Amino acid sequence: METVLKALTLVADPYTLGVMLLAAMFGLFVGAIPGLTATMATALLIPFTFFMDPVPAIAAIVATVATAIFAGDIPGALLRIPGTPASAAYCDEAYAMTKKGLAERALGIALVTSVIGGLTGSIVLSLSAPALAEFAIQFSSFEYFWLACLGLSCAVIISTGSTIKGFVSLLIGLFIATIGIDGTAGHPRFTFGNIELMGGVSFIPAMIGMFAISEVLRYVASNRTVIEVPQQAVGSVFSGLGAILSRYKFNIVRGSSIGAVVGILPGAGADIAAWICYAISKKRSKEPEKFGTGHPEGLVDAGSANNASLAGAWVPAIVFGIPGDSITAIVIGVLYMKGMNPGPMVFIQSPELIYAVFIAFFLANLALLPLGFAAIRLSRQILRMPRRILMPLILMFCMVGAFAINNTVFGITVMLVLGVIAYLMEENGFPVAPAILGIVLGGMVEDNFMASMIKADGSMLGFFSRPIAATLGVITIMLWLTPILVAAWKQYRRMRRPTAET
Amino acid sequence: MRFNDSVFGLILIAFAIAEIAYTRTFPRLHGQDYGPDLFPIMIGAGLLLFGGILIIRGWTQRATQPMLVVGDWAHDRKNVANVVILLGSIVFYIVFSTWLGFIPTALLIQSVLLVRLGSGLITSVIIATISTMVIHTLFAKLLLVPLPWGLLLPVAW
Repeated sequence: METVLKALTLVADPYTLGVMLLAAMFGLFVGAIPGLTATMATALLIPFTFFMDPVPAIAAIVATVATAIFAGDIPGALLRIPGTPASAAYCDEAYAMTKKGLAERALGIALVTSVIGGLTGSIVLSLSAPALAEFAIQFSSFEYFWLACLGLSCAVIISTGSTIKGFVSLLIGLFIATIGIDGTAGHPRFTFGNIELMGGVSFIPAMIGMFAISEVLRYVASNRTVIEVPQQAVGSVFSGLGAILSRYKFNIVRGSSIGAVVGILPGAGADIAAWICYAISKKRSKEPEKFGTGHPEGLVDAGSANNASLAGAWVPAIVFGIPGDSITAIVIGVLYMKGMNPGPMVFIQSPELIYAVFIAFFLANLALLPLGFAAIRLSRQILRMPRRILMPLILMFCMVGAFAINNTVFGITVMLVLGVIAYLMEENGFPVAPAILGIVLGGMVEDNFMASMIKADGSMLGFFSRPIAATLGVITIMLWLTPILVAAWKQYRRMRRPTAET
Repeated sequence: MRFNDSVFGLILIAFAIAEIAYTRTFPRLHGQDYGPDLFPIMIGAGLLLFGGILIIRGWTQRATQPMLVVGDWAHDRKNVANVVILLGSIVFYIVFSTWLGFIPTALLIQSVLLVRLGSGLITSVIIATISTMVIHTLFAKLLLVPLPWGLLLPVAW
């Protein structure tokens, strides 16, 4: 109880609350602009968090993301353009409601379910993380190695698109992580005499490049269309909402809980949670024929799922240091930068920081209700903000942010190179998320792998010598074999079919 | 810009071979078979494997997936120019910001990009001036980031 009180005083500090409020407004704005994602909002925010104490820094990220994911629903409903990928699953449904003249109702549902989903996710986070941490305290380098492998493999398999390209993306990320002085022998690897590369590829410029510069590039390279904002007066947001929510209360519970669990899986973020819950909602619905015609049921499920998954993603991030999605990958980088290495030890050494994160989650989601309402009211003004003016400003913020970490232009070079790589990868169907996880986890995977190799004296059997390590190892290897077995099975079926027909 | 998968496969294999060859220069640890080269070699091996798969896949699909599809943007000269100007302005900042100083460089880059993306000249310069001053105040004055003064050093405030 004492720790909770200590955590409360950390969060209730006027500076932290002020930062959270600003961050929430920033998140609403960025999320509502099509083409600017919640991850990009986080990447743009980290140069600022660099100058803050750990608690306001983390609280700022929590507030930004929670509001940005909801705000992504606004252009989804009004323009049929999802503001963030997390809103893509039910964008058509929400737009269909707008065409029926129910835009306010669609946004009201999105707002309230987001708040409920976010709060449910926060409860799941604050209950499961401490329990898991107690268990994780017994882990050795073997378990951590397998856990990281499992996390990275999940990220590859769950990520959108081809699994092979996902693995390539992951390996690129792992390679980038090997640049710099290595941990075992202290030898500079792949630095080619460049002194600024000795410390490794700086994490923040890399993230800014991969999430913000790639986005600016995509905008500049596309045939830019001017967004037409519908000129329609906003009616009441909350009228008639109670009836819908009580009718679909079971959907809210289902969406929130599935969302939180999907969030915990490494690599699966808010967008995948929303897709899964929308699909389940349609499959389990008594009236599936109404889906796609402006029916609120799927909206309730998916709207609560994406916000719930955000908090879920923090569970593996703070307990094991393994991110649940791209946003928590950035968070882990920020935590390392603050000297707060994620892992079970944080729960023992500074539990008040962990509880402060939990409280920040509850606060951010509660604050979403009035702030989101204001954002719905102002939505048409926000959407009218021209992107041709925003993009050069974003570019400038990116460059200054990348510079500010080490105060050298080398950070900007890193940002540029990785931005171009990320853009080319996405254009060619290579998912970017596995590369990010590779960059973040590469050092940890290698350190634990080398420590385990030395402990086991080079014998691979040593990796299976402890019960939990063996279980994790077997699951990981099964996961690696699944795509091969599936491909073999498909091939077998294809070979069988022509003979069966004749 | 979309390439056939086999193009990526070739690039990845070439990269992996160079990477593995380079790890030969790493020092070895005494009395151990594995040192700082082990993990990069494993990454290289993975890239060889998946690069090979991509080559085979790209080759079998070469009828439907041409070696190179330049996106719509490449057909429009204006878009090509915009991409070049965007990348060029980042390079320009990297090379010249220390000498020119943050304020002149930022002002120039933003004005050019705003005009290129379709704003009027005077509007662009006004927006660029305001945003440059806001960013400068925010980072240099509040967050104490040493943004270079460059040519403006004599009048630095």
